[in-house]
Amino acid sequence: MPPFSQRKHDRVLLALTLLMLASLYAWPLLTWAPNRLLTGHALPWSRLANGWHPLLWLPGMLLLPAWALRPRRLVWLATALAAAALLAGLCGLAGAVAAEEAARTPFGRTSFGAAFWSMALLCWLTAAHCLTRLFPRHSSRSIAHLLLWAPLGLLLASGRMDELSVLKEYANRQDVFDDALWRHVQILLATLLPAIATGWPLGLLAFRRPALRQALFAVLNIIQTIPSIALFGLLIAPLAWLAQTSPWLARAGVGGIGMAPAVIALALYALLPIVRSMVAGLEQVPAAVVEAAAGMGLSQRQILLRVELPLALPVVLAGIRITAVQTVGMASVAALIGAGGFGAIMFQGLAGSALDLVLLGVIPVVALAVVLDALFSFFESLLEIRP
Amino acid sequence: MALLALALGMPRLGPLFSALYPELDRPIYQQDSFVDLLLAHIAMVLGSSVPAVALGVGAGIALTRPWGREFRPLVETAVAIGQTFPPVAVLAVAAPLIGFGVRPALIALLLYGLLPILQGTLAGLATVPAASREAAQGLGMSTRGILWRIELPLAAPVILAGIRTSVIINIGTAAIASTVGAKTLGSPIIVGLSGFNSAYVIQGALLVGLLAIVADQAFERAARRLGHWRGAGTAV
Repeated sequence: MPPFSQRKHDRVLLALTLLMLASLYAWPLLTWAPNRLLTGHALPWSRLANGWHPLLWLPGMLLLPAWALRPRRLVWLATALAAAALLAGLCGLAGAVAAEEAARTPFGRTSFGAAFWSMALLCWLTAAHCLTRLFPRHSSRSIAHLLLWAPLGLLLASGRMDELSVLKEYANRQDVFDDALWRHVQILLATLLPAIATGWPLGLLAFRRPALRQALFAVLNIIQTIPSIALFGLLIAPLAWLAQTSPWLARAGVGGIGMAPAVIALALYALLPIVRSMVAGLEQVPAAVVEAAAGMGLSQRQILLRVELPLALPVVLAGIRITAVQTVGMASVAALIGAGGFGAIMFQGLAGSALDLVLLGVIPVVALAVVLDALFSFFESLLEIRP
Repeated sequence: MALLALALGMPRLGPLFSALYPELDRPIYQQDSFVDLLLAHIAMVLGSSVPAVALGVGAGIALTRPWGREFRPLVETAVAIGQTFPPVAVLAVAAPLIGFGVRPALIALLLYGLLPILQGTLAGLATVPAASREAAQGLGMSTRGILWRIELPLAAPVILAGIRTSVIINIGTAAIASTVGAKTLGSPIIVGLSGFNSAYVIQGALLVGLLAIVADQAFERAARRLGHWRGAGTAV
């Protein structure tokens, strides 16, 4: 098989285009229900005819034949832009149709259908595929992604999508949502900061003393194995007992349920990736560099601060990234023990089987995780460029 | 062993829990027997993990063949983004779409379980030295023979590590699946949390935690056995 650059067409783009067509054919783009609790049915294509359609067929026309063009920079750039424009067009169309339907029936709810979500994913993958080829360097690629998707954020902020069901749920519960966001961030910080403050010194100690390392990793591995919901449950009893026996702890907010057991459990989980990344980061520092530093007369403390830690930084940062993403996700389970956060909205939606309320809890959790991941990856890529 | 004993013997621990929580009328979860819950939990994990292994390893192999290599960067990006999704989120979205009960849980577990297995398979196949592959080619082995007798055995430890991660995550997610109406070891935890019955919570949590540790140890043993087998193989 000839290498990619000599091939006449792009099979990946072809597959993505076919999947887009298939999902548009098989699934509804938008659904409509008479009220927020009923399951929606598909809005027929005839109802989707709206002023936004040039923003759909123009990029669509560009995307359809893109796979057959000879792969080169101009094609990739145009395809990435077309994918972003198509998604923006779909969002705009959804918002406009929702506004039309809302004018007709005030209690009706217009929601995204399965085809919308798969189109969003496929547009994103198409753009990612092209940007990877356009920008081999990670840091410039991140900036390109940011520029490409910023118009979507503007569209959301402009209020043109406000009549869609998810955003109506948001408008109805803005206070709850803001509280949940604040609480989720609070849990994240209250978990990460103490976990880092203990994890880094522990990692350093474990690096210097192999015997300690084995015992420490054995314990941390077992903790990591226990499912989060079980660890939350197991912490309830001892913490409730602590709160009973020492009232000052109870006054400080420690109890069987609430934020305290959640943060303790999440910090325990966070320790393994943080300690492991510190040890791995220090281990990959070449022995020759350390010896050279010692030969130059640096003290052990200076070697640690000026040679070992700076060289370990990329790996350590990757550890924090993994921990932060993991914690954001697990914190949503903590809602089950009354810690609040977006998980509370998610489980409330599940209890009432209101999909849009579930999405109001799920989307920000995923967004928070993706943003943290991208942010830390960006910092990591900046470190890598440095010689 | 300890896991089975605990599941069978939980009802006998009634006096202990009533001593710990004297205010509770029924200190032991009785809606289902713990053995049934344990079996249902294991069935759900197996029912999602076995197809996930087949799909994940299959896709991993396909993406490393010459005709599938082009798709690899794209799939890797998709998997990376998929793993920033918390497993609960997949479960929570699947339930209202597919309906409540065991089915959405199985589908969510299968989808989420795929990612670490696929990642493990790709990483494992990447560790196979090109020299081994070329040597096998030089010996006249077919491409299929190279895959089954060279690549997969050499990649096995990393693939197994991926499966291990996937199964452990699924054991935890299956417990949360009781919030969407599936009967698992998470049921006592959820019932206990909503009814302020800490004894139920502890009973469920103990069994779920123990199940995860037992499964992890089993994988540890399998990995060690794999190492022995490979060691013996290279000695010959």
